[in-house]
Amino acid sequence: MKWGGVVSFFASEHAMRAERVFQRAGLPARLVPGPREVSPNCGVAVAFVWEDEPEIERVLRESKIRFEAIHRYELDDDGRARGSSRRRAVLGGGTE
Amino acid sequence: MKGDVYLDNAATSWPKPAVVLEAIQEFFANAGGNTGRSGHRRSIASSRVVSLAREQLSDLLGAESPDNLVYTKNATEALNLAIYGLVADGTRVVTTSLEHNSVMRPLRELERRGRCSVEVVRADGNSGEIDLAEWAAALRGEGPRLAVATHASNVTGVLLPAAAMAASASGSGVPFVLDASQSAGHVPFALSKLGATAVAMPGHKGLLGPSGTGLLYLAPDVEVEPLIRGGTGSQSESEYQPDFAPDRYESGTLNAVGIVGLGAAAEYLLTLGIDRVHARLTELGRRFRDAVGGIEGVTTYGPADPADSTGILSLNIEGTPCATVARLLDDEWGVMTRAGLHCSPAAHRSLGTAPDGTLRFSWGNDTSEDDIDVAVEALRAVAYRDRSAEPVRTVA
Repeated sequence: MKWGGVVSFFASEHAMRAERVFQRAGLPARLVPGPREVSPNCGVAVAFVWEDEPEIERVLRESKIRFEAIHRYELDDDGRARGSSRRRAVLGGGTE
Repeated sequence: MKGDVYLDNAATSWPKPAVVLEAIQEFFANAGGNTGRSGHRRSIASSRVVSLAREQLSDLLGAESPDNLVYTKNATEALNLAIYGLVADGTRVVTTSLEHNSVMRPLRELERRGRCSVEVVRADGNSGEIDLAEWAAALRGEGPRLAVATHASNVTGVLLPAAAMAASASGSGVPFVLDASQSAGHVPFALSKLGATAVAMPGHKGLLGPSGTGLLYLAPDVEVEPLIRGGTGSQSESEYQPDFAPDRYESGTLNAVGIVGLGAAAEYLLTLGIDRVHARLTELGRRFRDAVGGIEGVTTYGPADPADSTGILSLNIEGTPCATVARLLDDEWGVMTRAGLHCSPAAHRSLGTAPDGTLRFSWGNDTSEDDIDVAVEALRAVAYRDRSAEPVRTVA
């Protein structure tokens, strides 16, 4: 799986919930240790396939899961960082 | 032969569904790390199941979102979090005469510190009736106010008109804390429809989870002062408590193994249906009440129709202290009950059963007709026993 992006969260509870709702929506997703340069907030982030980004954002907002930001971030199959982070500004959380 | 008849489900439920034990075993085998802390697979596995449990509980109890549920170690902690978190200096607190000490002790402590005043509105422990006009009048006025009430008495099981009491509080702009210790899992309700600001629930009674689990529901946009502060696994660079739920309220290592069991119990109850549980409790209550009604010298407390209750029957046998009856039932018939004041001195005073209290029988969904029949036979034997050989009680 080519993980091209990660979502960061304030609370790990929300990362866990996001992983579940992505999988239920048929979007490949996996929890990864939160890369330091992406977020210092909670220990874990959710990696996803970058091509799914619009769907990822839609599902997060629909399920009202509070998130910190969506990042362009290259990870290898094991969830380890492969490239440098390119932060994409979708800041401010997922709750309306 | 001595039986094994557990009729103390109002203290804690027994037995737990098999899926609870399986979930606990699986947790230690496949997870076991600390939730929300590390990025390794055992920590993540723990976080996953604890988060899933919050979702299962939210589905079962009809919360707006899992974010509205805070894990606590029991209903007492949930009530303390709500009460200490909502009482501002000079608050006038209105409560009922049927409250458990998990409500009364925090309130009396705050009163003693001069932080609040406490006004008790009388509720009837037999019928569950409360003068709603008096309740509404007590809530009117100026300044910070707070309403706290039990959903069901832990002495008689009788249900109070929580929806009307909540509406009245809301109409006066007063936050309303509901103690659902006896009703959660026994009486169908949706948290989002109760109209309460906060609802406290134990995980180990009607919700059938392990001991050491509890929940506080906080309505959307309600924030209270945390009871404790400390590590949350989030915002570790900051020396200040996070301001977002659930981390704001859940400092320190969670009782993950208990929570996982509670989640499994929620799934079990979701499939079973709490409405069916309540119907079953009512059926058993009618059987019990009808049978003990025929025993001379037995006084029962609580509503005439067990449908207005949560699976509890309190009673006394004339001439025999309830603690003695409890001992005889356990020693000779294996019937386990709870005698005394049930941590609710105010409720017993309003029932007229203080200071000795009552003998409380409380059943659950897994209680059988046979269990009820054994309890009735045991009570009959105690009530009609030959007392001629017993020492005469001397009254000072």
